[in-house]
Amino acid sequence: MTKMSDLQTPHFPDWCPGCGDLNIWGSFKNAAVQEGWDSSNTAIVAGIGCHGHIVNFIKINSFEGLHGRALPVATGIKMANNRLNTFVFTGDGDCFGEGGNHFIHACRRNHDLTVLIHDNSLYSLTTGQTSPLTAHGFKTKSTPQGNPDEPFNPVSLAIVSGATFVARAYSGDMPKLTEMIIEANKHKGLSIIDILQPCVTFNKVCTHGFYHENTYYLENEYDPSDKQKALERSFEFGEKKIPLGIFYKSDKPSYEDQIPENIK
Amino acid sequence: MKNTMPKSEIMSVKIGAEAGQGVKSAGLMLAKLAIRSGYHIYNQIEYPSLIKGGHNVLQVNISKDEVTAPRRVNDILIALNQDTINKHFSEFSENSGLIFDSEAKIDTSKVPANVALLGVPFSKIAKESGNSDLLINTVALGAVTAVLGGNITILNNLIAEEFGSKGEEVVKVNVSAAEQGFKHITENYKKNLRAFLSPSDSVSNFVPYMAVDGNESVALGAISAGLQYTAIYPMSPISNILAVLAENQEKYGYIYKQPEDEISAINMAIGASYAGARAMTTTSGGGFCLMTEGYGLAGMTETPLVIIEGMRPGPATGLPTWSDQGDLQMILNAHQGDFPRIVLAAGDAKEAFELIMQAFNLADKYQTPVVLIIDKNICEHAQSFPLYDFSGYKIDRGKFSTEKIENYNRYGLSDDGISTRGIPGAGNFFVANSDEHDFEGYSSEDPELRIKMMEKRMKKLETCREQDMQKPHLYGPENADITIVSWGSNKGTILQALRELDSVNYVHINWLSPFPSEALTEMLSNSKYILNVECNYTGQMAKLINEKTDIKINENFLKYDGRQIYPEEIVELVNKLRSKK
Repeated sequence: MTKMSDLQTPHFPDWCPGCGDLNIWGSFKNAAVQEGWDSSNTAIVAGIGCHGHIVNFIKINSFEGLHGRALPVATGIKMANNRLNTFVFTGDGDCFGEGGNHFIHACRRNHDLTVLIHDNSLYSLTTGQTSPLTAHGFKTKSTPQGNPDEPFNPVSLAIVSGATFVARAYSGDMPKLTEMIIEANKHKGLSIIDILQPCVTFNKVCTHGFYHENTYYLENEYDPSDKQKALERSFEFGEKKIPLGIFYKSDKPSYEDQIPENIK
Repeated sequence: MKNTMPKSEIMSVKIGAEAGQGVKSAGLMLAKLAIRSGYHIYNQIEYPSLIKGGHNVLQVNISKDEVTAPRRVNDILIALNQDTINKHFSEFSENSGLIFDSEAKIDTSKVPANVALLGVPFSKIAKESGNSDLLINTVALGAVTAVLGGNITILNNLIAEEFGSKGEEVVKVNVSAAEQGFKHITENYKKNLRAFLSPSDSVSNFVPYMAVDGNESVALGAISAGLQYTAIYPMSPISNILAVLAENQEKYGYIYKQPEDEISAINMAIGASYAGARAMTTTSGGGFCLMTEGYGLAGMTETPLVIIEGMRPGPATGLPTWSDQGDLQMILNAHQGDFPRIVLAAGDAKEAFELIMQAFNLADKYQTPVVLIIDKNICEHAQSFPLYDFSGYKIDRGKFSTEKIENYNRYGLSDDGISTRGIPGAGNFFVANSDEHDFEGYSSEDPELRIKMMEKRMKKLETCREQDMQKPHLYGPENADITIVSWGSNKGTILQALRELDSVNYVHINWLSPFPSEALTEMLSNSKYILNVECNYTGQMAKLINEKTDIKINENFLKYDGRQIYPEEIVELVNKLRSKK
């Protein structure tokens, strides 16, 4: 049994008031209490960026690696000890900039990891530059004339790269996010949740209000086992048209399940 | 001062062909034939970076004494194509022979007149034996066995072992091809037969030797040291390490993973080590550049890690399949900031086997990265060694616990700088943090703590200097007119040269960080003339010696053409220095 107080560290989060990271932190801890995750069964890996500070605020064994490299560290942990329930916290710059290569390969190899992407579409710890997920035309410190690059679509990219559980969440809906983290973690194979979160300091467009207004959950009858359909829905994005929920889910052996029993 | 090692008689056989014609396997077969006849071997292979076509040569050096380097000349040249003659006609020794295909249109006009021309109808025999060009190698092996006075039965037994898994028919046609090559020489070139390779008298109670290269030795050493996880991205010249490790993982119970790049390789290995596994990664210079950030991450998080760096000539892609020693200063200095790094360099395959086992214990004891440097010549050149013995080796995991510890502090201070390492899943909370951190691993920017943690980490290097660092090795006479200082695969070349030289000794350096400054200073205190030998442009070992000691190096011999140094070059250099003095 994990109690909320067991997860408490001497450090209180130093994220900006209203930051989506606070919701992700809270939702993860809620899930940990419900599921009994602690240092005897779980390991956390984080990258570098605002999200990476999370290792100081959750009392579960963790590894804060280098910018972009959370996935390979987590892969090594999981291969060395398949019994460890392993989470990856990563940011959109971390995961899709320096970590882009690791992301697509982790997806195709289907490691049994739960990957939570803090997606604020910006580099915020370096005070607000464009990220690989920043919208075309968006003005940032590094693109004062407007971003000339098209962003990745993380959900489509995860699906085509071979991840077997691909979802999108919004940080402000903590009960749903908690539920989704638990479901992603139960899935055997690579689980990705692209978590939309506002950067309250550097992004005045994608605010909590914006996400409240423009997101909705995939219909109850939506079938996440249909890859073509999942891909089609993943491209849906716009005013009042940002779908949340599990886009794609399939049962395939995870990487770790294919390691011969005698060397596990 | 007379040298203790006698001048030895060496027979050098060079086989040349296009890539893909099996020069490497033919060379290994000849080496095994020599070993089983009671001889020592050193195989040197030179090839371009491609798979088919191009020019490959392999020189098998055979001697009753230990042989540790290639020779600049050949006693027998086996030309499986015209190119071999065109490129090597100037390398014949005084009493030498050329074995070539008498049926093909081979131009031997450039070959010196004193070289015996030993034409053998390779393709005709191959066609008659089994209608396959693949048999040409085997015909040549039979022919050279005859010229050297070797035993055809030993060759036939080797063929049966080598091709046994491919079925009886394959063995049969190969044995026939070898026998016909052998017969053709014995019948047609009686006066050119030598009695060199007759099975040695001592062969009946012969200690088993193996033909083994550094890549195989590193893999065997890692397995012997209890390797549990390795991630390696392919790169010349270390690719065969991963091939051996990938093949044997189920047998010995470790995991090999091919990652997407070297950045991932080192981070995966760090992750596995954090989880408690004995972990290693392997690369060459270019891959090490990508690993640089992970190198310091292992240092900062105090995660044990063994890295093998098999050097080849840079910069950039450089000369991918050739040899060089230009990565020393990079490995000693790469990464931002300061962290404790242990850097060792092996001089041959056997030393690589011994040092990698030690490297795993050092990594665990000091909870920091340990780099073992080797180079192309060590990686890919087979040498005869007695079977490796690891019975005296003990796996030492250092201060390591998988039990629950009360009031656990992963990074607590200690006199030796080393704290007890726990693993995730044991219930002991800690953060392995790339940010500066406190005793539990929480991020901290406190200046007092920063000083403590920096000093704690760097203290480990001092502890290592006191407890584990080894002195350089002295070879040859205690006192000499000229002392050669060198490292890496030059060891074999220099030891071979020492057999020809009086009053020259050799100091072999294999600990680079921490550096044995005092021991080296003492060893060289009476040296009359110090000659530093290395394969790079700037004299990177000389720089290290200058940085760490007051030793004055009299002369530097620097070679950077991508080719191995030949013992003859050392002998000539020493003679030249003597005539100048």
